[in-house]
Amino acid sequence: MSAARRLVVALAVLGAALVVVIVIALFVGSAGLSAGDVVRALTGRAGSSSVESVVTLQLRLPRVAAAVLAGGALAVAGVAFQGLTRNPLAEPAVLGVSSGAAFGVVLAQIFGLGLSALQSLGVAVFAFAGAIGAAAAVYAIAAVPGGLSIQTLLLSGVIVGIFFTSAITVLISIVDFDRLGGVVHWLLGNMAPIPPSALALFAVLALGGFWLVLRSARELNLLALGEEAAVQLGVNARRLKRRVFLAAALLTGSVVAFTGPIGFVGLVVPHMLRGVLGQDNRLLVPTALVAGGIFLLAADTVARNIVAPAELSVGVITSFCGAPFFVYLLRTRYQATL
Amino acid sequence: MSAGIPLVEFEDVSFAYPVPEERGGSGFSLTGVSFAIDAGEVFGVIGPNSAGKTTLLRLLTRVLSPTRGRVRLDGRGVESLVHAELARQVAVVPQETPRPFPFSVEQLVLMGRFPHGPARFFENAADHAVARTAMAAAGVLELGALPLDQLSGGERQRAMLARALAQEPRLLVLDEPTAHLDLRYQAETAGLLQRVNAERGMTVLLVSHDLDLAAQVCDRLLLLGRGRVARIGTPAEVLQRSVLEPVFGCEIVVDAHPTSGRPVVHVAWPAPLARR
Repeated sequence: MSAARRLVVALAVLGAALVVVIVIALFVGSAGLSAGDVVRALTGRAGSSSVESVVTLQLRLPRVAAAVLAGGALAVAGVAFQGLTRNPLAEPAVLGVSSGAAFGVVLAQIFGLGLSALQSLGVAVFAFAGAIGAAAAVYAIAAVPGGLSIQTLLLSGVIVGIFFTSAITVLISIVDFDRLGGVVHWLLGNMAPIPPSALALFAVLALGGFWLVLRSARELNLLALGEEAAVQLGVNARRLKRRVFLAAALLTGSVVAFTGPIGFVGLVVPHMLRGVLGQDNRLLVPTALVAGGIFLLAADTVARNIVAPAELSVGVITSFCGAPFFVYLLRTRYQATL
Repeated sequence: MSAGIPLVEFEDVSFAYPVPEERGGSGFSLTGVSFAIDAGEVFGVIGPNSAGKTTLLRLLTRVLSPTRGRVRLDGRGVESLVHAELARQVAVVPQETPRPFPFSVEQLVLMGRFPHGPARFFENAADHAVARTAMAAAGVLELGALPLDQLSGGERQRAMLARALAQEPRLLVLDEPTAHLDLRYQAETAGLLQRVNAERGMTVLLVSHDLDLAAQVCDRLLLLGRGRVARIGTPAEVLQRSVLEPVFGCEIVVDAHPTSGRPVVHVAWPAPLARR
């Protein structure tokens, strides 16, 4: 089967799965609505201020949208960082890039930026700057002549992550806590409903990052052979690396700005896809967008139902899945390269 | 021999790596290197370790830029060619394949089509046809679906060669093609090079420290010593004791291959000492 046909089949299967998960996420929850209530709300036959309408349209629907967007963006960022660093274990949280973005967001909140349309753009800018700063720091620490080794890259990611996490703690400690209400919950990653204008901005930024990575997918395949080989095959490697670096920082920064630093989605989802589809980034990038959405939406649906009426942060669920997965990859598939 | 414009021309090329002084820097890796390769030749670059062979190759493929001098391809400076343009003319079979991601052989070979349509997202039917021909020529057609990490060293080398052939270059560059191969694959690689040259008219640049391979397949040799041209000429002219000994710094014996008659270089091993 040709690559194009495999992509179409994979997207059809994943698209159907996404629809199923969205339906489940809309119909289950702690409010105890019946299926009929939800359908009435979705079809506009319930009053706009009725309980079923508020819960379905103002709580669950934006939350579903945010989870799908965030999951897709994180998975694509994972593929991008893996291609860029030629390191199959790279991922925004593992690399410390999420922590850098989170530092930017906390800083933005201290300056009083919230989730209104214009202010959320400011928050996203801070997150983007934090992500770029962290990624540049990791790269500067880990880069040695001849490329990036798995060990030094992971180690410098951990170090940069610890640094920014500590910096966040310092900020929280010295600033009046009331001004940072909910920041602890947000730091664990959470899908609290965000206003439609912020959601729209999130979608524009995430899809922009996705488009940049998708455009680079074929060249990322060549980069996997090494930078010298890529240049010899006609790739402008410097321009490619800059574009993918900015795109991955944009994806990570936008997710962190609107939903918090959620870990391991960029590791788990691309690796499950690699197992089925192989290593072609032209297949991985678009399927990661959809599969990441499925994964995070499913995780969030579990998070808000497993201990209902309380709810877990979705980042807790992804970390519970991701950490053992990371260990598994480290101990089996990549043991030889360590 | 040099009728018209040579395919490759190095004109007084020097290159220094930006290495700090304390690590042996400031030395030139290549100094005043001039030579030309005519279209259709099989040309060998030989020399001891760190003589500048790999630097020369990187200058030709514009991974590095010369500190002084000009590198020309078909009369045009390589720095004036856009990336894909150069890759349509020159294909490199690298020494080793880095493999963090196990692409399949077919995917690898199709990567060679990138310079012929960099704007395409997927390769087209013509690309697939060229890739199949290249895989057949390199003897890896039946391995197409296998991931690279399941291949033997020889199979991987041939897959890399197929990728280079898929670029349909005018100049095929091989960097130490037999370094990790056993005798059978060395013989096969030599045969394949000669076929590619004779049947497709591809010019071949072989970079190797395997003097016997170079002597067997090359029309002319360039001997590099400490970044300078020590001698250019036919294998018989270059592979002489008086030429090789100062460059390699050891005693050498040269005789003729029993079947091909080409020179064969031996190290004059010290005689075994009697044990007390």
